[in-house]
Amino acid sequence: MEHYNMNLTLKVWKQKNCKEKGKFETFQVSNISSEMSFLEMFDILNEQLVAEGKEPIAFDHDCREGICGMCSMYINGRPHGPWHQTTTCQLHMREYKDGDTIVVEPWRANSFPVIKDLVVDRTAFDRIIAAGGYISVNTGNAQDANCLPIDKQKADESFAAASCIGCGACVAACPNASAMLFVSAKVSHLALLPQGDPERKMRASNMVKQMDIEGFGSCTNIGACEAECPKGISLENIARLNREYIGAMFSGSKEG
Amino acid sequence: MNWKDYFSTSIGKKILVGATGLFLIIFLVVHCYVNAMVFWPDNGKHFTDAAAFMGGNAAIRIVEIGLFAAFFIHIIQSLMLASQNAKRRSEGYAVKAGNKTSKWYSRSMGLLGTLILLFLILHLYHFWGPNRYGQFFDPTWKEDNLYNNMLFTFKELWVVIVYLLGCVSLCWHLMHGVASSMQTFGLATHRYKGMIKSVGMIFAILIPLMFASMPVYMHCLSTCMAH
Ligand code: HEM
Ligand code: SF4
Ligand code: FES
Repeated sequence: MEHYNMNLTLKVWKQKNCKEKGKFETFQVSNISSEMSFLEMFDILNEQLVAEGKEPIAFDHDCREGICGMCSMYINGRPHGPWHQTTTCQLHMREYKDGDTIVVEPWRANSFPVIKDLVVDRTAFDRIIAAGGYISVNTGNAQDANCLPIDKQKADESFAAASCIGCGACVAACPNASAMLFVSAKVSHLALLPQGDPERKMRASNMVKQMDIEGFGSCTNIGACEAECPKGISLENIARLNREYIGAMFSGSKEG
Repeated sequence: MNWKDYFSTSIGKKILVGATGLFLIIFLVVHCYVNAMVFWPDNGKHFTDAAAFMGGNAAIRIVEIGLFAAFFIHIIQSLMLASQNAKRRSEGYAVKAGNKTSKWYSRSMGLLGTLILLFLILHLYHFWGPNRYGQFFDPTWKEDNLYNNMLFTFKELWVVIVYLLGCVSLCWHLMHGVASSMQTFGLATHRYKGMIKSVGMIFAILIPLMFASMPVYMHCLSTCMAH
């Protein structure tokens, strides 16, 4: 594709901290290359702001290759922008034309309070994982991988669920701000493996309980999460979480 | 966690909505089957007999209590969930995704359900109310001739239109609801989810279409007779 440069208008959410009210501010950037990533465009904008003696825009990022899940930007009504199964760092400026206006907002959910500008607090996810996303293993040397035979299909499904990067786009996209896709991915990748079996009953109920305590909405099977997930986590995982939960409910086990 | 805890989480509440929703779907099938007898070309004899059987049968009256309970639980629980979910994002987005990533009717179950509820009140007032009131409070009661009731009620064009709107709301509610309840029970696995979607869609269109044809048919009959 032909390389080109563009001038853009950006409307970006600015908010000092979680207490103060935020508002949109308008910025102009010029000579943005179509080869740049969306975050590189933000770097240019921030350099420009620093040069002008203004405060740069705070945004989360780390790996810049689609694996860490930090780059939470809600771009023109879509988490991570319009591209299918990509994060913001993987979105490239060839998506845009000269003269475009782009609106950038933080993830919005009461369970993800804004820390500053586009940065939100996603530690609610960590607490959900701490409530059940672990397994018991023997200490000492790792045992031989072949002593636990695992069905190839299950291993693949587990791996697909484990590819969730905890970015929170599912929550950002959901009209109910529900975290079910995330929780279902975290329950699924362990529920499918023999290693996850000992805590299986407790895991589903404890993680769901924590998800409710954190104030996420309930799942009404709308499906916007699956459509926006950068890792293609499937709604089939939510079906599995529901099965795990119903299983725990009827098992009558004390811990569950 | 005990039973109460299990039914109090967000998934637990959803299981109640799904289970009662499925029960209501079964009710719709029975209701539609009995009502479809109005199309029998015998001036409503088949239909009146079937309706009299349903009305006079003690077992049906007992199941009806369950039906009211199911409606009650479904409505209260789902509207509570919907209102709680609406509070999870106090500061909304300036640019909304709209229909790009989801269907509008899947996001509007509370509204569609409320429209069904309004229709339901009118519907009970037309048929169920007067008849059952007589059964319990009037010693000289005889099962109403529901066929004649229908002819009389659906003579009014506005009633027919309201009933059609009720059927449209039901159609949209079920377009999301049937498949959604299967997902709630964890049945929408890789192998079945496609089938569940198609069967749900066919059901959501077929049953309301059958229901919608009844007031239209009765309206035509009663206006024909008037001439
Ligand atoms: C014959 C009438 C009705 C039938 C057959 C029916 C059926 C269903 C079904 C199958 C679901 C999906 C449940 C799930 O996802 O697990 C559902 C959801 C829902 N129903 Fe109904 N329903 C009826 C009437 C009503 C009424 C009268 C209301 C409210 C006034 C209502 C409100 C809702 C709401 C808000 C949901 C979404 C809940 C959620 O997804 O969390 N429904 N319904
Ligand atoms: S399920 Fe997808 S959208 Fe949700 S946190 Fe995991 S990777 Fe992000
Ligand atoms: S910065 Fe790591 S996924 Fe985007």
